[in-house]
Amino acid sequence: MDIALLQRLNGLRRARKAGVVVTRVSDASNRLVAEGDGLDGDPLRVEIASAFRSGKSGVVVHDTEEYFLTAHLPPPRIVAIGAVHITQALIPIAAVADFDLIVVDPRTAFATPERFAGCRLFAEWPEDVLPGLGLDPHTAVAAVTHDPKIDDFALRHALERGCFYVGALGSRKTHAKRRERLIGAGVPEADIEAIRAPIGMDIGASTPAEIAVAVMAEIIEAYRRRPIDVTGTPR
Amino acid sequence: MTTASPSSSPIDVLATAEAWAAAGRPLALATVIETWGSAPRPVGSHLVIDADGNFEGSVSGGCVEGAVVSEAAEVIADGKPRVLSFGVADETAWRVGLSCGGRIRVMVERIG
Repeated sequence: MDIALLQRLNGLRRARKAGVVVTRVSDASNRLVAEGDGLDGDPLRVEIASAFRSGKSGVVVHDTEEYFLTAHLPPPRIVAIGAVHITQALIPIAAVADFDLIVVDPRTAFATPERFAGCRLFAEWPEDVLPGLGLDPHTAVAAVTHDPKIDDFALRHALERGCFYVGALGSRKTHAKRRERLIGAGVPEADIEAIRAPIGMDIGASTPAEIAVAVMAEIIEAYRRRPIDVTGTPR
Repeated sequence: MTTASPSSSPIDVLATAEAWAAAGRPLALATVIETWGSAPRPVGSHLVIDADGNFEGSVSGGCVEGAVVSEAAEVIADGKPRVLSFGVADETAWRVGLSCGGRIRVMVERIG
């Protein structure tokens, strides 16, 4: 592996971009495919796309030649808007599922370090915090405050940033009103369709903890089944 | 604002490799490319080794690092990559899930 490739790979990792190193086993010649690089015409495009999706490294055989694919995916994150009971229940669930959890809520009565030990907490408005967090296709956003003043910006920003999951708490009626507001704000209708609402996989959840499980399940499904286009970029 | 280390392990082996390379140290990188049975470290695990036998990371949790480190010295010297296979034939060890009861294939390549 040449040093330039190693530097480029570490640069991708620091920038939370995915990369796959393709190494021919017979002579250890390597190349790096970065998230966003074109895979058109790449003889290993299917295998490389699969590595981008699963994050799993492994040996593949092509034309009797062995290649080792090392997948480097940024750790997936959940940004929860709303320091509510559901979010508290989500802390241990996200941790065991290996997702980093960040909680944002400007209401200082809710966003207290005592209630949110063990995760990053911002007692600030989403408009002030989210742009600095660098939301990306490896980030999920779950808006659970019920309050349009807090949730709406976060939803719009998450859609613009290509987050793999965007979910919003609220009944169908609440979501219908939300739709109207977002359309009024100029959000494309197709983007609004991508919002998971009511939030959470339908398991009949009723308690905050059960809703947290349903949200986590929906996030995992969205992550594991996310479409990867031929350029390797999650979309 | 940025997030912490991109690696979930406390030691980022590839960052260490880059830092050592920048300091002009000749290096080899060992990578677990295949595992069978109860291998202790997953596919993709790295170990970086310098010409003096200093290393960081792991490919087996301690079982075969010594052999990999000595092979790495030759890889650094002649630049030729090698693929090493390690296994423990002891079926009892495998059955009871002892960490070294598996088999692994490790690629060792020079950096630079």
